[in-house]
Formats: sequence, structure tokens, C-alpha cells
Amino acid sequence: MAEAEDVKFKVTIDGIPVEVAPGTSILNAARQIGGDIVPPAMCYYSKLEGSGGKCRTCLVKVSKGSEKDPRPMPKLVASCRTTVMDGMEVQNITSPEVVEARKGVVEILLINHPLDCPICDQAGECKLQDLSYEHGSAHTRYEFDRRTFERIDLGDKIQLHMNRCILCYRCVYVANQLTDQRVHGILGRGDHSEISTYIENVIDNDFSGNVIDVCPVGALTDKTFRFKNRVWFTKPVDAHRDCPTCSGKVTLWYKGEEVIRVTARKDEFGEVEEFICNTCRYDQKKTSDWILEEPTEIDPHSVISANHYELFNPPKVVKENPVLQEKNREQLARTEKLK
Amino acid sequence: MARKLLLTHIDVPGINTFEVYRQKGGYVAVEKVVKTMSPEDVVEEVKKSGLRGRGGAGFPTGMKWSFLAKPEGVPRYLVCNADESEPGTFKDRYLMTHIPHALIEGMIISSFALGAHTSYIYVRGEMMPQIRILERAIAEAKEKGFLGKNILGSGYDLEIYVQPGGGAYICGEETALLESLEGKRGNPRIKPPFPAIAGLYNCPTVVNNVESIAATVPIINLGGDEYAKIGIERSTGTKLISASGNIVKPGVYEIELGLPVEEFIFSDEYCGGIANGKRLKAVVAGGSSVPILPANLILKTAAGNSRLMTYESLADGGFQTGTMLGSGGFIVFDEDQCVVRNTWNFARFYHHESCGQCSPCREGTGWMEKVLHKIESGHGSMSDIDLLWDVQRKIEGNTICPLGDAAAWPVAAAIRHFRDEFEWHILHPEESQTRNYGLAHYADPLQPIVS
Repeated sequence: MAEAEDVKFKVTIDGIPVEVAPGTSILNAARQIGGDIVPPAMCYYSKLEGSGGKCRTCLVKVSKGSEKDPRPMPKLVASCRTTVMDGMEVQNITSPEVVEARKGVVEILLINHPLDCPICDQAGECKLQDLSYEHGSAHTRYEFDRRTFERIDLGDKIQLHMNRCILCYRCVYVANQLTDQRVHGILGRGDHSEISTYIENVIDNDFSGNVIDVCPVGALTDKTFRFKNRVWFTKPVDAHRDCPTCSGKVTLWYKGEEVIRVTARKDEFGEVEEFICNTCRYDQKKTSDWILEEPTEIDPHSVISANHYELFNPPKVVKENPVLQEKNREQLARTEKLK
Repeated sequence: MARKLLLTHIDVPGINTFEVYRQKGGYVAVEKVVKTMSPEDVVEEVKKSGLRGRGGAGFPTGMKWSFLAKPEGVPRYLVCNADESEPGTFKDRYLMTHIPHALIEGMIISSFALGAHTSYIYVRGEMMPQIRILERAIAEAKEKGFLGKNILGSGYDLEIYVQPGGGAYICGEETALLESLEGKRGNPRIKPPFPAIAGLYNCPTVVNNVESIAATVPIINLGGDEYAKIGIERSTGTKLISASGNIVKPGVYEIELGLPVEEFIFSDEYCGGIANGKRLKAVVAGGSSVPILPANLILKTAAGNSRLMTYESLADGGFQTGTMLGSGGFIVFDEDQCVVRNTWNFARFYHHESCGQCSPCREGTGWMEKVLHKIESGHGSMSDIDLLWDVQRKIEGNTICPLGDAAAWPVAAAIRHFRDEFEWHILHPEESQTRNYGLAHYADPLQPIVS
């Protein structure tokens, strides 16, 4: 039994070998290596069962199927839903075919997704924004009318902008897998598909706010945060509280001394570590409600780091907390030096 | 007169009833199977016959059956795909309407071979008359002891249910069909796992086309080896072809595979030639999803050989100079037909029928349709042709299911073989709006035309 658990498949992605457990997807194998060779994923979400395969941004080329059957796969495959085989060789950014196909997918995704980053609340945290910079062209070749929708209030906390939805199904999976009763889903088909609660019902279960966190674009936004600030002007700090409903582990987003948003903590791939309840997300907005841990690690390449990476200026709560001060000694020292 | 296996008694009055079908030799194959053969024997006979799936992909049926997982204590299912809805394809409907017992008999044989005790016929929702016909046929067969418990005293039990679909083209894709059959939205599943491992209700399942299932009856009656002698090389047996378009005699024909395309179009036994004395311009040989071929390439391969009605011959030359047998929807265009308008029409269909699950198909099919409409309506520019080519390339091969390919291939082939016609639309916008696309409008004949 122990031997079976120890079996590892050797996979090579863009020439970099990695050993992973059988059943691992190509995407997750790439994530174990990290860096640029990790395919982007707009619809896959490791915490949501059955997600992935829809957006096609994670397409890769399998140039060698396995040691046993070295034939290449005839088409590009969705790396998030294709499991590795022993000896498999995968090309991601080293394949011009993949880069071209991904560029095509991004262009297609942008047909009905406006690049209205200046007014979109997801700006700075939007995966499609990143992708469009990495793969998109400066100009679109699409010249026809876009589909447009009125914005919809899904209850008093969530707002839906269908204009920006890329139909990744993540929010549907969250509702299916995390809540007792799903009241929203996808209506219509083809490019008429839309997320809807059907006759504008509300999404009001305890974990409904998580649909906001999993949305890769600005289609589902937090009405308690909208337009309060741009994300790169905020200071994210990890915190926790003793919550009877969820893990209570969150990221607090500070504007000065004020907590203006609470979200679940996200990993380096932008996926939440643990889903949080609505009480933590919406009702606990005072610093005194939380036990602060340390400033959230932000990828230096992220726009969120822009305002406090070079000139770190921790909020007062950090300055007053000896544990946080210790944790952030280097940053504080730099801050003092720059004063 | 070519040999017929499925439509032999099509003209016999009352052949849609159990009594008449039985008098003409119906259900003899079922008796043979349940009384004298093992499931493995049946699979072996189908393998020997060389039967290839008649739904479009042409995968060997016996091999597909042999992939079926056989875990202990888990039910296995046979699902008949009767969701036929591709433009130009109407052979399954014809078979179900006129000889429903051929399908029921085939279902019993196939279910026995696969060890299935519950089987489903998933029929397109619009085909209400066929649904009633099949339900009546099932009731008759059950009454006579060919269905239900202990069939003909053999100890084999089988129930067949007819399930109307919701009327979505995508539900003809086998995994979307299974989703729909389970009562869910008909979105294709991502493969693997394949239905043979995890299909209906996560159990091993075989999904076969109506014609494939019906073909098991003559295979059992004749024996696999004898069946394999009909047809040619790797295209064995007979095939139902639904012929439509500008021909003298549209309809459903049973051909022996290997028949020259020229004979099929021009002989009196089949299509009877081009209607109204016009000339042949192009053919879509296997339903709207396969590449269109101009007259010269549909009659002869690029190498100059006679093009035959077989999987291999029609595919000869790849998509550069060949096409596919597909589902057998044979659409003939005479010299007056506009390829641009026809391609737009097909694109409109695929745009409408895209399930919307994956991005390239959801957005790309609509984009293609709009560009085609722009060109067809006389508002296009030369760059639109290149754009169209580029968009179809972004869809082909990049989608969850083959609907994206089905949408892209007709567009690619139309541009490949009839680019001049696209350019003519752009250069002569006013003339193109007369809706009269006769060759008289062209300075030179665009493609070789066959009289």
C-alpha cells in the first residue's frame, strides 16, 4: 500500500522535469514547478470539484503522451483537466502553437468582455486583465455590437455585471458545492448564456459572498466595497477570528485605519485558501473584530504591490502590534530609512 | 440493383407493425442471439463485420463495444443516439418512421452483447411522431416476449425506454446526450473519462447511432464475415444516405459502400442527376459539418481517381482536397447556388446551437456568423475573408466537443475552395443583393462545373 502511494510520474513541462502523484493534472504539475510555465486558468479552481476545461486558456501541447505510448496528442488539451502520464512531455510557453491558441482564446474572451479596467472594481485583481496584457493585441478585430446588460443586484451585498462575465461557471460551482440551495445558474445557451438567479432572485445564503472571490473578472462584485477605493491603494493584512461558521481566516483590506473590505485569503494562483462566511466578510469590519497576523504577501509583479512595495507604510494597527512589528521589521526599517 | 440490408422491405405495406416485420424475417436475429450465442460471440461477429459507426465519426463499432468496462455489480447501459439534427441528415428519422422494429431488434441484440438490461433511445424532442412509433413498437415487442423479463425463455431481461430530448443539436454529442438523459443541462462532458468507463449515471455506457444499432440485425443474420464482404476494404456494409439539394430525386437511399459518387449523383437508381438541367457546382457529402467540395473534387480525388462513397475515399486528400462521409447527409448544389450564403446559413445554425460552455465556440461561432453575414449582404471587405479564416482556426481543435470543429470546417472549406466567390460578393455588393447567384454573374466560371 505504502509502495502504491509512493509511485510518482515523471513529467517534463517546457523541458523542466517534475515528479508528481498519479492523477495530478498537467496544470497542477506545472504549479509544482511554478513560474512562467504555469498555464493561466480562468475557469479552473482547485477548491471547486469539476471546475475547469471551459475557458480554454490553459491549453497546452502534449508532445509525448507517455513512456508507454510516446505518440503526441493530436490536439491541444486543457491542462487543468488532463491528467499526467509517466514520461509525458508537455509544451506550454515553448510551443508557438500554444501561445497562438492562447492569444486566440484571449481575443475571443474579450469579444464580450469590455476592458473597462478604469471603472471596473476588479482592476488590479483581474486575471483577464493580466492575460490581455500578456497575450492580447492592442486592438480588437471584432467590430460588431457587444451584448450588454443592465447591472443586477443579487441581494444587498452582491452586484452582477453580466457585461463582464466570461461564463467560467466558478460561482455556480461555489453555490452548488458550498451552499444548501443554489439559486443561480446559467440560463440560455451559446453567446446568449448568462448568469442569472432567474427573475432576479437574491443570493442570500451564509457563503454567498464567495462567488465574488472566485469570479476571475469583475462580473460579481462586493457592494460593500465597490468604488470605495482602488485595490492598489489598499493595504492587505492577514487576520483571523474565532468564527463558528467558517475558518475565520481572512485578508483585511485597509484604507488608512479603516477596513474597507474583507476577503478570503488567496494563494499565489489567485485561489482562496478557505472559503469564508458572510458574517466574516460583511459584518466584521472593525480592526478590533480581528486578530491581526501579518501583511499579506503580494506578488511584486502585481499592481496591488505598486503602492506599498517600494515605500512600505504599515497602518497604525501594525505599528502598534509588536508581533506584527517583528514580522515586518525589514519593511519598517526601510520605511524609517525613507522618512 | 445494389444490395439492401436495412431498407429491404421498406415498400411492404405495414412493415412498421410487428406482425408484418416478423413475417419478413424480423426478430430471427434476436432468437439466434439469445438462444445460441454468448455476448462475446455477438461482439466478435460485429468486430468481424467491420461495421463502423454510422453517426459521423466512423469508429469501429465492435472495437467500441470491447472498450466497455465490466466492473462487478455495476449496471451497463446502451443508449441509442436518435438525436439526429444535423442540417442535411435525415436518414435515422426515415428508418425509425418506416421500420421501427429494425431499431428495436438491433437494440435487443446490442444490449445483449453489452450485458445491458436497461437501454434508452434518446430521440430528438421535435420528432414526436417517431417517438410514438417507437413506443408502440416497444410495446408490441414486449407483448410478443421479445422484451421485458426472460426474453424468449433465455433468462435475459431487457427494458427499453424512449426519452425525448429537449431539441438541442448539442445533445447529439454523446456526453451532452448523457447529461441530458440524466436530467441535466445538455452540456458536453470533458473526456476522459469516456462513456465506456463512466457514462450514464457514472456507469459503463455505449452510445451508438440508430443506423449502427439497426445494422447489427443483418450482421447477425448474415454473419460477420459475410457482412464484411459487402462494401469495400475498410468501409464494409451498406450505408443510408439522405440526399437533398438540387437533385432530381431527393430522399433516403441505402447504398453499398464503395459506390462511385458520380453514380450516386447521376444514376436514376439514386439521385437522378441535377434538377432542372442545371450543372453540378458543389457537394456537402456528410452533413453540414463536413467540408464542402467543388464538383471536380467530389467526383475525382486530387490524384484523379474516381471518388467513392467510402470513409477513406471521401477523406482522400485530407481537408485540402477531401471531405468526410460523416453522417451521410449528402447535399448537392447546382450552379445557381451561392456558397457564401450557404456557408452563412450553416454558421447561423452552429452559432444558434453552441451550448456556450467553452469560450472559443461560444464567442467564435457568433463572430463567424456575423462576418459571413456582412460579406453575404454586400458589406464585406477583403480583410474579412482573412479574418474569417483566422477565427475558424481559433475555434477548430480548441473546444470541449466537436461542435466547434463542425462550425469551423464548413467555413474553412468554403474559403479554401470558393474564395473567388467571397471576393465577388465583396467586389459586387449590389449584384450580390439580387439573390441571383447564377454563373452568368461571374466573368469566368469560378470552379469546374460538371454537366
